[in-house]
Amino acid sequence: METITHFTPWSGLLGGLLIGLSAALLLWVNGRIAGISGIVGGLLSPAQGETAWRASFLIGMLAGGATYLLATGGLGVAVQVNTGLMAVAGLLVGFGTRLGGGCTSGHGVCGIGRLSQRSIVATGSFMLAAAVTVFVVRHVLGAAA
Amino acid sequence: MSAQASRIVVALLAGLLFGLGLSISQMVNPAKVINFLDVAGHWDPTLALVMGGALFVTVPTFRWVLRRPAPLLDGRFHLPDKRDIDARLITGAVLFGVGWGLGGLCPGPAVVALLTGFASVLVFVGAMLAGSWLASRLN
Repeated sequence: METITHFTPWSGLLGGLLIGLSAALLLWVNGRIAGISGIVGGLLSPAQGETAWRASFLIGMLAGGATYLLATGGLGVAVQVNTGLMAVAGLLVGFGTRLGGGCTSGHGVCGIGRLSQRSIVATGSFMLAAAVTVFVVRHVLGAAA
Repeated sequence: MSAQASRIVVALLAGLLFGLGLSISQMVNPAKVINFLDVAGHWDPTLALVMGGALFVTVPTFRWVLRRPAPLLDGRFHLPDKRDIDARLITGAVLFGVGWGLGGLCPGPAVVALLTGFASVLVFVGAMLAGSWLASRLN
């Protein structure tokens, strides 16, 4: 199930700028970090005053995706592995981001955004682990799915 | 409007920008992410520009914002207080990386990809919530 994609620099850059703008807005006005694993994790362990803004942010994300979907006719999601492996992947992503205190947005965009050494090390670690995983799955094991 | 209500509206707007950004950049597509990570295959460098575009905004604005005494609608900045680079951070990041490389979804794109209604994405998000809950029990 290896889907070939092409380098799309302009839409990538535009999307990245919007993500950065979102993170800047949330920190400037609300004083919050736009880390999605943290926002989701906080809903699982609800605390006073911590639920509504998180739910609102997630609803906004879905609305943003839905706007794009309606405008273009699709999100272009091409899942690469079978559902069993997606379950394993989801478990690792949920466990790892909670243990390591962040994901691509929390450590990658926001943590590096404030030049946190912890986030720089975390981002380097998950990028490297992910690249090694893809190498093993695609080039060592072959088409695992 | 009360500060609490305004914060909720701002969170909604920020979420909207975030969801649009992930969709426009196609980071909701696991193939796009895995092809970025696959430096030995048909490499697609797009993710680097997404990250670069986001940091191009956050590095200078965060610097400016965090010099202010407080955010506009809250008494203080809610920032992570951990400073140490420990085994927990590295282990968590590595486990996350393995899952990310395997499935091609991280938490943000996984949330937006729910809109497809694909069973595999629903399963991924369900497992992600279970994993997050499990890790929170470790304390």
